Amino acid sequence: MTTPGNTLNTLNTTDTPNPEFINTPWRDPQQRPFIEIEGLSKRFGDFIAVDAVNLKIYRRELFTILGGSGCGKTTLLRMLAGFEKPSAGRIRIDGVDVTDLPPYLRPVNMMFQSYAVFPHMTVYQNIAYGLKKEKLPRAEIKERVGRMLELVQLTALSKRKPNQLSGGQRQRVALARALIKQPKVLLLDEPLAALDKKLREQTQFELMNIQDKLGITFVVVTHDQEEAMTLASRIAVMDAGDFVQIGTPSEVYEFPRNHFVASFFGSINLFDATVTSVDAGELCVLLDDSDTEICTRYEGELAVGSACKIGVRPEKLLISTERPAEQGNTITRGVVEDLAYKGNRSIYRVRAQNGRIIMVSAQNKQRSAHLPLEWDDEVYLSWPSDCSVVLTA
Amino acid sequence: MNGIVHPGRGDRLWRGIIIGTPYVWLLLFFLAPFAIVLKISFADPIVAQPPFTPFFDWSASAGQRILATLDNYRFLLEDNLYLVSYLNSIKIALVSTALCLLLGFPMAYAIARTPQPWRNLLLLLVILPFWTSFLLRIYALMVMMGQHGLVNDLLLSLGVIDQPLAMLYTNGAVYLGIVYSYLPFMILPLYASLEKLDHDVHEAAADLGAKPTQVFFDITLPMAVPGIIAGSLLVFIPALGEYVIPALLGGLDTLMIGHTLYDEFFVNRDWPLACAVAILLLLILILPIVLFQHFQQEADA
Repeated sequence: MTTPGNTLNTLNTTDTPNPEFINTPWRDPQQRPFIEIEGLSKRFGDFIAVDAVNLKIYRRELFTILGGSGCGKTTLLRMLAGFEKPSAGRIRIDGVDVTDLPPYLRPVNMMFQSYAVFPHMTVYQNIAYGLKKEKLPRAEIKERVGRMLELVQLTALSKRKPNQLSGGQRQRVALARALIKQPKVLLLDEPLAALDKKLREQTQFELMNIQDKLGITFVVVTHDQEEAMTLASRIAVMDAGDFVQIGTPSEVYEFPRNHFVASFFGSINLFDATVTSVDAGELCVLLDDSDTEICTRYEGELAVGSACKIGVRPEKLLISTERPAEQGNTITRGVVEDLAYKGNRSIYRVRAQNGRIIMVSAQNKQRSAHLPLEWDDEVYLSWPSDCSVVLTA
Repeated sequence: MNGIVHPGRGDRLWRGIIIGTPYVWLLLFFLAPFAIVLKISFADPIVAQPPFTPFFDWSASAGQRILATLDNYRFLLEDNLYLVSYLNSIKIALVSTALCLLLGFPMAYAIARTPQPWRNLLLLLVILPFWTSFLLRIYALMVMMGQHGLVNDLLLSLGVIDQPLAMLYTNGAVYLGIVYSYLPFMILPLYASLEKLDHDVHEAAADLGAKPTQVFFDITLPMAVPGIIAGSLLVFIPALGEYVIPALLGGLDTLMIGHTLYDEFFVNRDWPLACAVAILLLLILILPIVLFQHFQQEADA
């Protein structure tokens, strides 16, 4: 990990992605960041919405800021757009300090969560608005709006008013209107939140295609971790006005820095463990209801004999009635308390010996009308030891 | 209610009552008086009780006859006084409406943008004058503007002026009275349409390169049009027929149709002519209402 503030609690160094990978400018210290945020804060009275954050976003990234409501993500986005004045800190875009520029002078456009399409203008007029403000010649406006209408597939609806459009169509008007000025950065506030599930999944890919085609840097704010995972080149997980972890989707999912990040992305099982040895960044722990010792790289401070937690994702667990091979595996036992058949996979709730419930997600690879496991079956739970992550907070 | 247990008949009955009530109301209190006024406007004035000729002549030997005359309307068009009164009324109503709009728009906008606990207080302040009698408020204006009124006394004692300003009994006083009295009718509908305005839309315009003034003229103003029309009608219509304000605050040269109508009715006791004046006034008022309806339909389409 070369990015500062992005050290991961990895168990196995070979698991970290290859730093030579070309599509990861944040790993290259020679790369100049496109958006630079330094010590940016926003206070509303006594409430600190954004607390002295630092962030570097690179050209052509599809950067996602993820967090629950009230975590400060929208305030951060609004400071980038120029709608909120920072209490402290600077914002630079493409080397230019924009901190004190009003919204209409920033090389940035925003797509609003409410879409904020102009209800008294047609689709065409909505999309053309930004270019009209630039006082471009009529012919050029017509040509560019025409191309943009094609890109978002609204050509046939160009004369309609927003109240004659569906939610998905309004969303595309909002996107086209923001894209037509060819901004250096497009800010998207919960771009897909108002769409139904099916349309959302389809639109996610459309957004990614459009971003790829136009090469504009996208900064997306969302509370939906699935959306963040699908869209993002990198995700910044935000909580209480500060970033908890910044990394690629697989980094934040597989190597969460703490319990908050781990539980934000799907569910995670926690096992109690005791630290047995600490040596030069390597930490060995003994699982409380297993005799397996797990050794992992860990940069935090934990003393020998202190308690910690080991996190394992439900899909990493293997459930079986026969004892699996010892080699490289951590094994524990339990009783199936509940199961849910979901077609492609089954979810098991297993009560471990210490009474804790462990979630297991198993792929249904075999075709069978019978369930391989039933209620009250005694089972072994095992997982490759290097799938464990030490979680403190 | 029976209607809930037996939806069919009871429902129809309720629907009939609910829809029928306003129609009965309009029939009794608008259409019937209007028909009477219309009828009188075609009659001749006589010295009798009531002071006009009957519409139907039952007594005549030639059988039933309708005694209708257009003399009153002809007279309205011939005598300059009425034309001047109408035009003057329209001018005063239009200028007052424009003044109310200019004053009311920033006020309504400010109220709509004020955070909640204060917003209700400001709205209350707008409505507050209605809690005192309209006449009392006009008398209060007279007290303030009189030759030895509060304003003149103050200005004299401050040495700003040497002799009292003639404020009362002028057209200016009429404008002041109308704008003061009808401003809330402008502010409330404007507030209602500005309050609904999603603030995101303003930010979106700014984000797309519009300077604050451009945001106002491109977004705020066009989207407030329904409120502007409603408020303007609410001010223009009563102002056009206003009687009390020009009678109390206006001078001898303040000719307004409401005043002229009063004179015909109570001073000259020429009921038919007064009715013709009223009918013509109604026709003038219908025009902006029809236009408003037209705009509404266009906006909905």
